Amino acid sequence: MKLRRTMMFVPGNNPGMLINAGIYGADTIIFDLEDSVALSEKDAARHLVYNAMKFIHYSCEVAVRINHISTPFGYKDLETILAVKPDLIRLPKAETAVDIEEIDELITAAEIKHGFLPGSINMMAAIETAKGIRNAYDIAAASPRMVAIAIGGEDYLADLQTSRTKDGKEFFAGRGQLILAAREAGIHAIDTVFGDVNNEEDFIAETTRIKEMGFDGKSVVNPRQINIVHEIYTPTEKEIDHAQRVISAYEESLTRKSGVVSLNGKMIDIPVVKRAQRTLAYANAVGKNEGGTTL
Amino acid sequence: MMNGVGREIPESIVGIKNVKPYIGPFSYVPTGRLTGSAIKVNKPRSEKVLASIEQAIEASGLKDGMTISFHHHFRNGDYVLNMVMAVIAKKGIKDLTLAPSSLNTINEEIIPYIEQGVIIAVETSGARGKLGQLLTSGKLSKPTIIRSHGGRARAIECGELHIDVAFIGAPACDTYGNINGVEGKSACGSLGYAMVDAAYADKVVAITDHLVPYPLFPISIPQTQVDYIVPVEAIGDPKGIASGALRISKDPRELLIAQYATTAIEHSGYFKQDYSIQLGSGGASLAAARFLKGKMQKQGITASFGLGGVTAPFIEMLEEGLIKAVYDVQDFDIPSIESIKKNRNHQEMSAAFYANPHNGGPIVNQLDVVILSATEVDVNFNVNVITDSNGVIMGAVGGHQDTAAGAALSIVVAPLLRGRLPMVIDQVHTVCTPGETVDIIVTERGVAVNPLRADLKENLKAANIPLMDIEELRNIAYEFAGKPDPIEVSDKIAAVVEYRDGTLIDVIRPTA
Amino acid sequence: MLQIIQPSQAGTVESNDILIILTPVSADKGIHVELTSPVLKKYGRQIKNVIQEVLREQGIDAVHVAANDRGALDCTIRARMMTAIDRAAEEVLG
Repeated sequence: MKLRRTMMFVPGNNPGMLINAGIYGADTIIFDLEDSVALSEKDAARHLVYNAMKFIHYSCEVAVRINHISTPFGYKDLETILAVKPDLIRLPKAETAVDIEEIDELITAAEIKHGFLPGSINMMAAIETAKGIRNAYDIAAASPRMVAIAIGGEDYLADLQTSRTKDGKEFFAGRGQLILAAREAGIHAIDTVFGDVNNEEDFIAETTRIKEMGFDGKSVVNPRQINIVHEIYTPTEKEIDHAQRVISAYEESLTRKSGVVSLNGKMIDIPVVKRAQRTLAYANAVGKNEGGTTL
Repeated sequence: MMNGVGREIPESIVGIKNVKPYIGPFSYVPTGRLTGSAIKVNKPRSEKVLASIEQAIEASGLKDGMTISFHHHFRNGDYVLNMVMAVIAKKGIKDLTLAPSSLNTINEEIIPYIEQGVIIAVETSGARGKLGQLLTSGKLSKPTIIRSHGGRARAIECGELHIDVAFIGAPACDTYGNINGVEGKSACGSLGYAMVDAAYADKVVAITDHLVPYPLFPISIPQTQVDYIVPVEAIGDPKGIASGALRISKDPRELLIAQYATTAIEHSGYFKQDYSIQLGSGGASLAAARFLKGKMQKQGITASFGLGGVTAPFIEMLEEGLIKAVYDVQDFDIPSIESIKKNRNHQEMSAAFYANPHNGGPIVNQLDVVILSATEVDVNFNVNVITDSNGVIMGAVGGHQDTAAGAALSIVVAPLLRGRLPMVIDQVHTVCTPGETVDIIVTERGVAVNPLRADLKENLKAANIPLMDIEELRNIAYEFAGKPDPIEVSDKIAAVVEYRDGTLIDVIRPTA
Repeated sequence: MLQIIQPSQAGTVESNDILIILTPVSADKGIHVELTSPVLKKYGRQIKNVIQEVLREQGIDAVHVAANDRGALDCTIRARMMTAIDRAAEEVLG
């Protein structure tokens, strides 16, 4: 099970950060060609990310955030970056399914051109406007390449004509819609960044909140935020223990070729099994599922 | 002849007496007796306080060809060495051997005196900047001798390094020569390195900017060892002597290295009640102190003693009862200086007590865990802390050899790549600390355990850290940076690196 | 084949980066690389090689390259060279 607890943005025009991006344990790193790169350096960042991806082996999932294809940079970004086969293209400011379909076609063409396995490059989209939120499901379901949708921060708040609060009221509606759309489409829901790296307390509160809402992970801007998120997503010993017992019961039912799973005399539904698998995937990611089932 | 770390050491080296190649960390067995200072006498009511450095130099009987010493507790805020050398040069004394405990960038001022032949030989723990370049150039008539702190104390005590006149920067000094480092505007805390000089030099001159009426208390260097006292305006720049409490690094890579290092300690088998520890003053070391503190609190473990090179995180742990006592040869920041003044369990110690391998037992022998830094490490775990990527002297051995040899677990932390420079390579340019005394290398991309320590490797299997062979670390580094071209050197010997026992572990040649 | 028709620069002097400055020269002057680097002794040769290699790949045979290296890896040097060339060059018919 692919986890995306943390998706770390890495400024695309910073060689030092690109080189070391893979060492901090983020589930996904996102090389950014968009907001973190000055207009005059778009070409430089594109070349740098291209060369870094070509020469450096990253052991985690690698995404590239391209400029929107409505800008002069978007197509060029795709043309350059697709040649080094990113795991994931992240599109900013998605508003309609058409945005996704257009890029999907470009990726398909590039896969053919470069001889990559068809469908091997995934996509995700950031939704940063009210219109995008309204179309969230259509966006999420627009292509089989889509693996996640994320809610964007400041642009979204500007569009909503509000600003950040401590307890995140401004995001309630958008996050709620986003998680519903992602779940319906069967893909990941990723939360926005929390920019104040030194404010650990509010970062923990926000991450805990979005995890409880059902988000699969959070965008992060600094390696120091990674362990905090992973800790919040780590199941408790009790949860792990229960999950292990559910899975053993399930596996045992499979060997018995019985459709009924029961634990301690109680019937277990398939959603419970799935939740247990999910719990163990999170436990595995931090090496806490000792002696248990590996998935 | 090839020494114990595979370095070619000539049978004889011009300017170096009695060349002995390094064999193993505890192979050389010393014989003979300790040396001592000239016998002194001081009649009642005679005056030790003199009006000027010049008068003190005259009174000390300093002559051409003698050896003078200084101590580096004032770090890059030191005025004493430069000030005294200026007077010596003006007096026309020449052919001196300069034997400070170490040299800092501020001491670049003495370069003209080397060029003019006032100083013809240097024996130090290290040097930086232009001074390091000069000592690497081979322009001096005798090779520079690089010694660890313990090695220097040993050389002084056994007579290999005989000091004719020791100049001691005294933050507080009374009119009869009692000295401490904790009072006055130039307070530096411990005077650990100077203690050895004061005890063994034929003549001892205290230079102070805080002369107080007799008697001074507490006493670090006693009146019995001090011949002359010179009051001056300032012996150092407080801003260069000690920083405020160093803040814990926010560099994510240093934090990651620190996290791996402390996780390694936790699982090493040494992390238990009453263990002992020494940490460096680098970013990753300071961060490690913070992480270690968290682990100690969580597991209810306290340390029997801390050793150093002392910094604020240590003092925090001392004052919170997590460390029972701190033994201190040098202080790096203001909280440490204040602590040595007020905390009874913060004990000043001499460099000999700290690390001299040839006495009844230095405290490094009791050390469980030390975290050290490195410029380069090779696949045999040999560490270089003295020469830079261009083969030029730009660091100091300090207590590196001593603690690595003494501690049950020595951990070297360093980024695998500094810019383009790989830290783990085939062969270090200069061996300072032999690989057989280094147990673990921690980098941001992997942790390697010395194959000699199969026990450690076994213990660390349970730790959530990326364990790999040292060759693999080197391969990763080379994959990024490419294999470095060798540094071309000439045949001449510019410096020798002594192991702490007085044998030669390596030589430094001028770069082409 | 590309020709350097205007001066350009790419990169920065921050650590891990390299600042490349290209200056057009007449065709008979060929390629000249001027390199400053803190790792000159160990990697100067390899850095120059990468610079030459990129120029060769792009079919450039006359340019002055001033490279101020701050510990850049090969991939960074390549990227900065390619950016500088993009900013300075024009396609010519061989």
